Amino acid sequence: MTTAATICITGVRKVFKGKAAVDVTRLELKPGRTLALLGPSGSGKSTLLSIVGLLEKPDAGTIELDGVRVSVADRAARMTMAAAFQRTYLFKGTVGENVAYGLRLRRVSGAETAERVAAALERVGLPGWQDRSALTLSGGEAQRVALARALVLRPRILLLDEPLASLDPIMKWRLTRDFAQILSEERVTTLYVTHDQDEALAVADDVAIMREGRIVAHGPVDEVFGLPADDWTAGFLGMEPAIRGRVLETRDGVAHIDCGGVDLFAIASVTTGSEVSFGVRPEDVLLFEADVVVPVSSARNRLDAVVAEIDPSGATFRVVIEQGSVRIAARISRAALADLRLSVGTPVQALFKATAVRVAST
Amino acid sequence: MGIFVDAFRGGLDMLVSGATDVWSIVLVSVQVSGAAVLLALVLGIPAGFVLGTKRFIGRRMMLVIANTGMGLPPVVVGLVVAMLLSRRGPFGKLELLYSQPAMVIAQLVIALPIVAAVSAAAVSAVPRELRLQARSLGASPWQEAFMTLKEARMGLIAAIAAGFGSIISEVGAVTMVGGNLAGKTRVMTTAIVQYTRMGDYGPALALAAVLMGMVLVVNILLARVQSSAERFEA
Repeated sequence: MTTAATICITGVRKVFKGKAAVDVTRLELKPGRTLALLGPSGSGKSTLLSIVGLLEKPDAGTIELDGVRVSVADRAARMTMAAAFQRTYLFKGTVGENVAYGLRLRRVSGAETAERVAAALERVGLPGWQDRSALTLSGGEAQRVALARALVLRPRILLLDEPLASLDPIMKWRLTRDFAQILSEERVTTLYVTHDQDEALAVADDVAIMREGRIVAHGPVDEVFGLPADDWTAGFLGMEPAIRGRVLETRDGVAHIDCGGVDLFAIASVTTGSEVSFGVRPEDVLLFEADVVVPVSSARNRLDAVVAEIDPSGATFRVVIEQGSVRIAARISRAALADLRLSVGTPVQALFKATAVRVAST
Repeated sequence: MGIFVDAFRGGLDMLVSGATDVWSIVLVSVQVSGAAVLLALVLGIPAGFVLGTKRFIGRRMMLVIANTGMGLPPVVVGLVVAMLLSRRGPFGKLELLYSQPAMVIAQLVIALPIVAAVSAAAVSAVPRELRLQARSLGASPWQEAFMTLKEARMGLIAAIAAGFGSIISEVGAVTMVGGNLAGKTRVMTTAIVQYTRMGDYGPALALAAVLMGMVLVVNILLARVQSSAERFEA
C-alpha cells in the first residue's frame, strides 16, 4: 500500500494575457484526504490542478511534496501522481492497453501489469473488460476506465478534473456514489475539481472555493458549506450571507445567541458575551405555514418569518425568509412550494436544529 | 492492337529471362527512391511533429512553406538542385551532379514538404489534452511524442504514401540531376521515356509493369498497416 502524500502550494501565481488566472497564497492537500476545489467556470480550478500536478509551470510560487520543493521538471515527483480529466482522452487501443499505459511507462513486468490492470478494472466495476476497444465505450464506462488508469498506478496524489461533468444525471450520480466510495477506501490524497456542490459534498473531506483565481474559502466540508466566508461565497453556495449575533449564554454546549431581538441556539464552543457570525444550510431548514401547529421535534430554532425571495434552483426552489435581521435560505421541492402556497410576503414558520447552525467567532 | 501484343510479349520475355538491363534499372530506382523516402520520413515526421504540436515564432511561415512545397513542380526542383550541384554552383566541388546522391537530394526536396505538411496536420489533430493526459500518467517528453505519433498513425501512413507516390513516378527532376546514365542513374521513369522515344515499347512496357506493381505492393502494404491501426477505432 502506498503512503498518502501531503502537497502544499504557496504563493502560486499564473498569468494569462495579463490577467491572473491563479493567485493562491496557500493551499494544502492533507494526506489521505480528498479536497474538492469548487468554483464557477473560469475561476482557475483546472489551471491550479495542472500546477499542483506539475503539468504546468507557475509564473511564481512553490509546490512542496512531503515538504520537498518540486517543479514541472521533476519527473520523479510527477510519477507519484496520476490524473483523470473531464474528457476522458482514452488512447486508441483496448481498455487493457489504456489502463496499462502508466505501468508500461514505469516498466512494470507483464505479469504484474496484467494482474494490476485486472484488479483496477474490477475496482471500477468493469471486470474482464481488458480486450474491448476503448473508443466504443459510453461516457460513464470511459470515465471508469480513466479512473482505473489512474488508480492502477497506486498514486500518492490523485488529480481529478471535473471527471463527471460531461455525464448524464443518472450516470453522474451513480458514478459520484462509486467515486466517493473508492476515494474513501483508497485513502489517497486527492484533488477533485468540480463546479457541482452536491458532487463535492459527496466525495470530499475538505473543500476550497475559488473565485477569479483566488481561494476564498478553505476548510473541512461542514465548515465551508455551513458558514459562508463572504457574501460572494454565500451566493455561490446558495446561502444567505453569514448573520452576526452576540452569545447571551452557553449551557451544556448549546450557545444562546441574540440576533437583534431574535433568539437562536447553536451547538458551539463560544464564550458568553462574544460576537459571532453564523449560517444555516438551506437543506437543514424546514418551512411550515404560519398558522399551523408545528409537530414536536428536536429542532431548537423556530422563526416566525416572511418570504423575501423565491428562486428556482434546479429541481428545487430556494426560498429566502427573514425575521428582523435574520435572513436565511431554505430549499424546498416544487410540490412543497405549491402546498405551502408561498409567494413573496407570505408569513411562514421555519424550523432548524441547533446542530445545523455553524458558528464562528468574529 | 498488334503494337500492344508485341510490346507485351517482348517485355514479358525480358522480365522472365532476367535481362540485366531491366532489373538493374529497377534496382537503381529502388535505391534512389527508397533512400529519398527514408530520409524524408526521418526528417519530415519530426519536423511535422514540431510544426503540429509546438508554438514558436515563424511556425506559421514554416507551415506555409511546407504546404507550398507540396505543390513544387519537380522540374523546378530539378533545375534548382542541378544549379546548386553544377560545377559553378555552391556545391559544385562535391561533384554530385549526375550521380545517385544528386537524385536522392532532388527527390528528398520533393517528398520532404509533403511528409512534413501531412504529418503536421496529422499530429495537430491529436488533442493537446491527450498529451497532457500522457504526461499526467508519467510520460517523459519522448514518450509523450511517441504516444502522439502513435495516435496520429493513420495520418502518418498517409504521409508515407503521399511522399512515396510523389517521387517513385517522378521523371523531370531525376532526369535533370541524374542525367539518365545507363547502369548508373537510369531509373524506371527515365528509362520508360527513353525506350518510348526510341520506339522500343517492349522494355518500356516491362518497366511500366514493374513500376505499377511496385506502387501497388507498397500501397497494399500501407493499407494493411492502416486497417490494422483502424481495428480499434471503429
